[in-house]
Amino acid sequence: MRTSPDTADAVVRFESVGLRYGNGPEVLQDVSFSLTRGSFHFLTGPSGAGKTSLLSLLYLARRPSRGLISIFGRDVTAMERDELPPIRRRLGVVFQDFRLLDHLSALDNVALPLRVAGVSEADIQKHVPELLAWVGLADHLNAKPPTLSGGQKQRVAIARAVINRPDVLVADEPTGNVDDRIAFRLLHLFAELNRLGTSVVIATHNEALVRRFAFPRLHLEAGRLAVLPPLAEAEAAGPTAETFPQALTDGGGAAR
Amino acid sequence: MIPFFQPRSDLPISADSTGRYLPLLVAVMVFLAVLALAAALAVGGVLDDWRQDVAGTVTVQIVPASGPDPVAARAETDRRVEQVLAVLRAQSFIVVARPLEEAQLVGLLEPWLGSSDLVRDLPLPRLIDVQVAEGARPDLAGLARQLREEVPGAALDDHQVWLSGIIDLAEGFSLLGIVVVGLVAAALAATVIHATRLGLEVHRDQIEVLHLIGAHDRYIAQQFAARMVGWTLEGGLVGLVLAMPTLMLVAWLAQDLEQGLLPPFSLGFWGWMALALVPASAALLALVTARVTVRRTLRRML
Repeated sequence: MRTSPDTADAVVRFESVGLRYGNGPEVLQDVSFSLTRGSFHFLTGPSGAGKTSLLSLLYLARRPSRGLISIFGRDVTAMERDELPPIRRRLGVVFQDFRLLDHLSALDNVALPLRVAGVSEADIQKHVPELLAWVGLADHLNAKPPTLSGGQKQRVAIARAVINRPDVLVADEPTGNVDDRIAFRLLHLFAELNRLGTSVVIATHNEALVRRFAFPRLHLEAGRLAVLPPLAEAEAAGPTAETFPQALTDGGGAAR
Repeated sequence: MIPFFQPRSDLPISADSTGRYLPLLVAVMVFLAVLALAAALAVGGVLDDWRQDVAGTVTVQIVPASGPDPVAARAETDRRVEQVLAVLRAQSFIVVARPLEEAQLVGLLEPWLGSSDLVRDLPLPRLIDVQVAEGARPDLAGLARQLREEVPGAALDDHQVWLSGIIDLAEGFSLLGIVVVGLVAAALAATVIHATRLGLEVHRDQIEVLHLIGAHDRYIAQQFAARMVGWTLEGGLVGLVLAMPTLMLVAWLAQDLEQGLLPPFSLGFWGWMALALVPASAALLALVTARVTVRRTLRRML
């Protein structure tokens, strides 16, 4: 694993982070963890444990109610509005429901992070079709999201998340509505990006995936976070009732 | 309306109903603004001519006093002339007030009455030549009233008094035209603010996505401003195109009237240029308004 204990190397650091909506109870309590450059984590936990809330803090959609979050060494909890965009441009996000802009073509959707960053139109026309071809959408450059299938939309969303080579990639249930075969392919894509130095956090319910790719887990349970070793290793250390021999044997090779 | 000015946009702002009503409203506003501005400019041009007519000299006439005793009557008339002169010299816009000598008066009458002692005995009205200061705005109507009230038999030349009243009225109209243009501008700004806020509300979700992938507020403001400018130009040009034949019709109607009464209706090159610039000014106003509105509203959103 690439996770290193050296915290100076941390690209993301959460310290005693709590989050509540309005006056409601805290949906996240005392969440502390750090991500180093080139790390890969699954974010697991039952529905309603606060996975999406945690990710939304990570991709700067909200601010925590308490605690400290630093990203790329900068405290983002008290940051001015105008200082956020440069940081957000170094984050790639695959939203749970993709959040593609329906009136824009696949190409324009993927080009969006480049356009808002002021990249030249020539570069956009060069790189975006290339990436879309790479995710298998060469024939759908001008298709609008409503005409694409769930799997195709997802690949557009992923292409948009990685187009500007983010330092941190956050994906919320990116394999939610595709079959396992495609889910594994997508995971390989993320692993590939990860090898190039991107820190990856993937929230998922897909246990087969978590077993197959033996990456450490950030496990949320009722708003509290525990950093757990890869599922495969955990089971090897102490077998439980659940066993997935197939996933275990495949997982060793894929985890690298 | 017309799919002219539609730059590529990351937000589907053109798809909402704003795109249908905003150009229409702007067309009506620009139409009204162009007419009001044309009226203000045309009246302003005429005013200059009229002001030259009242500038320069004015004449005050004093009817001689009558009485059984010619000497006493003459003294009374002299006293009235002095009174009028006192009133005139108290006015700030009057440079010189000089009564015509009796000899000059007789000279003026000579072509009609001949020079005879008979003329000399007639109770001639006295005339006072008044020089109005260059560039001053004389209140001749007020002066005429004051003279009438204070000095029996004193009267200011009628034509100039009437013209002075007309000038006041025309100045009022001219000012009204400017006020109308100002009100239209305020209405346009309010409309753009409303349309922009509506757009921000409707596209809240897409705007959040743009933010999350690293867009600055000004990037989003740019999108809205471009759209508002497009719609404003669209509506503005329609308004201008409709206003032009209306103005020509007014000018043509005025031609029949003007013989002697009104100076020709004309705006001059710069006047027409000013009218042609109304849609562009509207677009500029829309641009600034949309930008400020987006940035203010977004600052409240997160």
